Amino acid sequence: MHTGTLIAAFLTLCIFSFLYKDNPFYKFAEHLLVGVSVGYVLVIALNTTLMPKLLNPVFKEGRFDYIIPGILGLFMLLRFFPKYAWLSRISIALIIGAGAGVAIPATLQAKIFAQMQATMINFASVDGIIVFAGIATTLAYFFFSKEHKGWFGTSARVGTWFLMIFFGATFGYTVMSRISLLIGRMQFLLGDFLHVIK
Amino acid sequence: MPQETNMQRTIPIIVCFIFGLFMLVQFFVPHHASISAYQTVLDWMQIIFVFTLLVGVISYAKLNAKKITRTQTGWGYNLIGLIGLAVMIILGLSMGTGEKTPFLWMFNNVQAPMQSTMFSLLAFFVASAAYRGFRARSWEAGLLLAVAIVVMLGRVPLGNFISHWIPDAANWILRTPSMAAKRGIYIGIGLGTISTSLRIILGIERTYLGRK
Repeated sequence: MHTGTLIAAFLTLCIFSFLYKDNPFYKFAEHLLVGVSVGYVLVIALNTTLMPKLLNPVFKEGRFDYIIPGILGLFMLLRFFPKYAWLSRISIALIIGAGAGVAIPATLQAKIFAQMQATMINFASVDGIIVFAGIATTLAYFFFSKEHKGWFGTSARVGTWFLMIFFGATFGYTVMSRISLLIGRMQFLLGDFLHVIK
Repeated sequence: MPQETNMQRTIPIIVCFIFGLFMLVQFFVPHHASISAYQTVLDWMQIIFVFTLLVGVISYAKLNAKKITRTQTGWGYNLIGLIGLAVMIILGLSMGTGEKTPFLWMFNNVQAPMQSTMFSLLAFFVASAAYRGFRARSWEAGLLLAVAIVVMLGRVPLGNFISHWIPDAANWILRTPSMAAKRGIYIGIGLGTISTSLRIILGIERTYLGRK
């Protein structure tokens, strides 16, 4: 048996042991998972972003304008020195500001116009009318500037029915995705590890 | 804490306004110089993001190191976490991240199995939470329960075995009423995102600066 399979099986059983109760094996696996995951994300970020977007342009291509984000990045590390920690706000402000600027047109297109367009295209059918009614009533439920009374209250109440259907469907989907992960782990333990199933 | 000056709060607000306005206006200017500048700012954001990640990693290492040096309860687990972090960084930076590298071996045999097992545990907790919480005490709760059952049965062969109507009903639910609510939520999120973004760019929303 491969060493990798043995280690993976041991760690899988360590995590499953939490189903009994919190125990040292679970805690060991939990802390190892956090440490390894943090290390993985950092190495991937360094290899896919810092090297090709900062170090290579500055040191290999002579693009010295990229020193600016490098300095702004270093400002972030000044958070560990209270006297200069305020400089990290400039870097955060750039990310937040530029992110907000990008988000406005992107959101308008993807989350509002595209959704409205898809609703209008299929309007001439029973399903299309149900979808339109669902969107209108769901939005009515989330509109709190008008009291939920009379016809508006009724439509808001219908909106909650649509929301319940959505939550139920999402719940069902989530459960099934977790179950499929569980099946995958069981297949690994009983197949690759114990060779009980093929 | 050192005394804070007005400048220390004003400069970030100005930076936020300039970059926010530029990225917003750029969308409506399809000139190649504008597109190039837009791409540059996106690169800058990614570079700064890596440093923010580094701040998180340093904080994680500091926190664990503190618990170890003080030999607090469970310090051995903190040591395990730090060893995991150090091993991944050393392997990744010294031997690369490609195929057949020790870094990828660690990912395939340590990280991925634990991660998927951790998520699969949720199947048990979701089931027990559903058992306790899913009592059809009202029409809405009953509707949620019924839809969840139909969608779950519709996704497995058992549903089709009981009746072919079940997968059809599950598909219709996902395609029509569930989609309607999803779109309504998306539109709501979109409107919220736009208003919050405008508040940030205009300097009304300043929580990212921290407390005074």
